Amino acid sequence: MLDKNGIAKRIAQEVQDGYYVNLGIGIPTLVANFVREDISVEFQSENGVLGMGPFPFEGQEDADLINAGKQTITALPGAAFFDSAMSFGMIRARQVDLTILGAMEVAQNGDIANWKIPGVMVKGMGGAMDLVASAENIIVAMMHTNKAGESKLLPQCSLPLTGVGCVKKIVTNLAVIEVTPEGFKLLERAPGVSVADIQAATAGRLIVPEHVPEIAV
Amino acid sequence: MINKVVSDVQAAISGVQDGQTFMLGGFGLCGIPENAIAALVAAGVKNLTCISNNAGVADFGIGLMLVKHQVKTMIASYVGENDVFEQQMLSGILEVILTPQGSLAEKCRAAQAGIPAFYTPAGYGTEVALGKETKEFNGKMHLLELAYKADFAFVKAWKGDTAGNLIFKGTARNFNACMAGAATITVAEVEELVPAGQLDPNHIHIPGIMVQRIFQGQAYEKRIEQLTTRPRA
Repeated sequence: MLDKNGIAKRIAQEVQDGYYVNLGIGIPTLVANFVREDISVEFQSENGVLGMGPFPFEGQEDADLINAGKQTITALPGAAFFDSAMSFGMIRARQVDLTILGAMEVAQNGDIANWKIPGVMVKGMGGAMDLVASAENIIVAMMHTNKAGESKLLPQCSLPLTGVGCVKKIVTNLAVIEVTPEGFKLLERAPGVSVADIQAATAGRLIVPEHVPEIAV
Repeated sequence: MINKVVSDVQAAISGVQDGQTFMLGGFGLCGIPENAIAALVAAGVKNLTCISNNAGVADFGIGLMLVKHQVKTMIASYVGENDVFEQQMLSGILEVILTPQGSLAEKCRAAQAGIPAFYTPAGYGTEVALGKETKEFNGKMHLLELAYKADFAFVKAWKGDTAGNLIFKGTARNFNACMAGAATITVAEVEELVPAGQLDPNHIHIPGIMVQRIFQGQAYEKRIEQLTTRPRA
């Protein structure tokens, strides 16, 4: 089984040279720590920065320099700041190559729900609806099951949707899964996890190829 | 040069009334118009509609206006950091219109640019789309979103000059640059107000025509919401 860093490490393998990448809050933020150093990648934060760097050293934090998670950050050489309309302009116009975000539920047709549990939790969608509606390449980073042990990979979402038919790939603590027109296709399994374990934790339609390699991280 | 300077925050907010719609710049607590918010709280205007990406925290930013029940309707994209907000929303005291962040920004920008409405794919197929016109472009479904109409926009910049020209710093530009000029009256507060001519015209982010009133802000707290640092190697 993968831990959160393991999920981030595996997703980092999807990041290619020359990519502009938007990272969501939570596990996606960790992806930046594991991107190969021999490729050029720029991270976009939708509050208005491209070329986001690591957290500042203590004492060097700047209240005017944060990421979309409201964390203090730094800007790397070549970075640029811009307003929120331009930020979502570059997202809508697909200048941003890859979006990595978390989810509460993903459906086998690629629908995603991650912003609201009616009557329980309403934090808002932030930029997630804009990102999933426009991004060409969307990877979801999440645990395979929720805290109650229920599958988060479903025939259809039960929670209010964030976007329809948009998720391309899912990396969980158990597996790497591709969303295909026929359903969830199992690509890789986490170390020590069997196909049967993944099948049991997946409520949606799971397509299992003959050979399912172990995730290499 | 047309002088946009007002003497202080009191003069800057003159004319605000109960029931009006305000835009407030900032992302989280980054770049919020601290002086204007404090003055609006002191003025006690109520039944307001506030358009802002976030709703502050319980004891800072727009949270200060919520505690005093000044806000009737809040239009925002993300309100997760504010317990007071969540209580008022769940108990029905506060009407909340959650709006995708990019649509919120563009609805401000459209108002700023004199565009009445625009199509965006954000929110298609979700509850955000309820009651909205939809249309297909290039094989993809879009929603019609309308430009906001607001009485006042309160924005905060790093530097400004007496002509109302503004320069922002870092990620504090965010919604401030989209809201300037998007309301009937735009009030800009700045950390440093200089005479016209001292800012390089090449470096202006928002030209003074977008700003009706500008003033030198005082005593900025610039609170950090999530202080994150890394250890020195």
